[in-house]
Amino acid sequence: MTALLVAAGGALGATLRYLIDQWVQRRSSGGFPYGTLTVNVLGSALLGLLAGLTLDGAGGDAVRSLVGIGLCGSLTTYSTFGYETVRLVTDGARRHAVANVVGTLLAGFAAAGVGLLLATAF
Amino acid sequence: MRTSPSETASGVAVARRPIQWDVPLAVAAGGAIGSLARYGLAVALPTTPGGFPWATLLANVLGCLLIGALMAALTEAGRPHRLLRPFVGIGVLGGFTTLSTYVIEVIDAGAAGAPGVAVLYGLGTVVTALLAVVAGLVLTRAALRPRIRRTEPS
Repeated sequence: MTALLVAAGGALGATLRYLIDQWVQRRSSGGFPYGTLTVNVLGSALLGLLAGLTLDGAGGDAVRSLVGIGLCGSLTTYSTFGYETVRLVTDGARRHAVANVVGTLLAGFAAAGVGLLLATAF
Repeated sequence: MRTSPSETASGVAVARRPIQWDVPLAVAAGGAIGSLARYGLAVALPTTPGGFPWATLLANVLGCLLIGALMAALTEAGRPHRLLRPFVGIGVLGGFTTLSTYVIEVIDAGAAGAPGVAVLYGLGTVVTALLAVVAGLVLTRAALRPRIRRTEPS
């Protein structure tokens, strides 16, 4: 059952990541990977919120598998973030590469922090 | 491009571009497989509170090595299948690797009174992941280039 929930959340997360990335990249210019940054920040905020909510019992386990491991895990990505950073370096856009790493980490941690704080409000 | 004609009120057939579902479906299938593999690693290598999150580090570094290898292979290959990158790159490897779990694990390590683990894991993942992408790109290119040169002398 857990594996099924992880797979379902993973399929949904990857599809959302693809669609959001397409949507954002179509609206931005300059070659900076705003799409990946967006999904990574969104997923980190959502996982922070989920981690902050103390979910007890079997229902909590199911939500954690579906939304936490599956959806948030798959909505966010390290491989695309890493590849796009290396591509920026090889394309000669070193400042963008550094901005991508620093920006992704700062925004990711800040987003997770906001999610955790929001959870305490519930 | 594939277009499907559809009748309008005036009876004139107009070409309407169909929504292509095969790419998002390939991404979804790959995402399910990648997430399951990541979950399998997390079950095999569980992290104790304040312990080093080896499972996520392994998934992220391995996923970065493989995305480098995939992108180099796709560049070297003449005409790769159009669903290969959506399925393997965006789907499987995107679903296998994760930034959100990594971020929460760094925060958890700090909160569990293990700031050393938080810093080592936080910075160690970035450095090894980026090096893994480069290694995947360089090794795959080196493995494929001589063969291409032999078969297609320029």
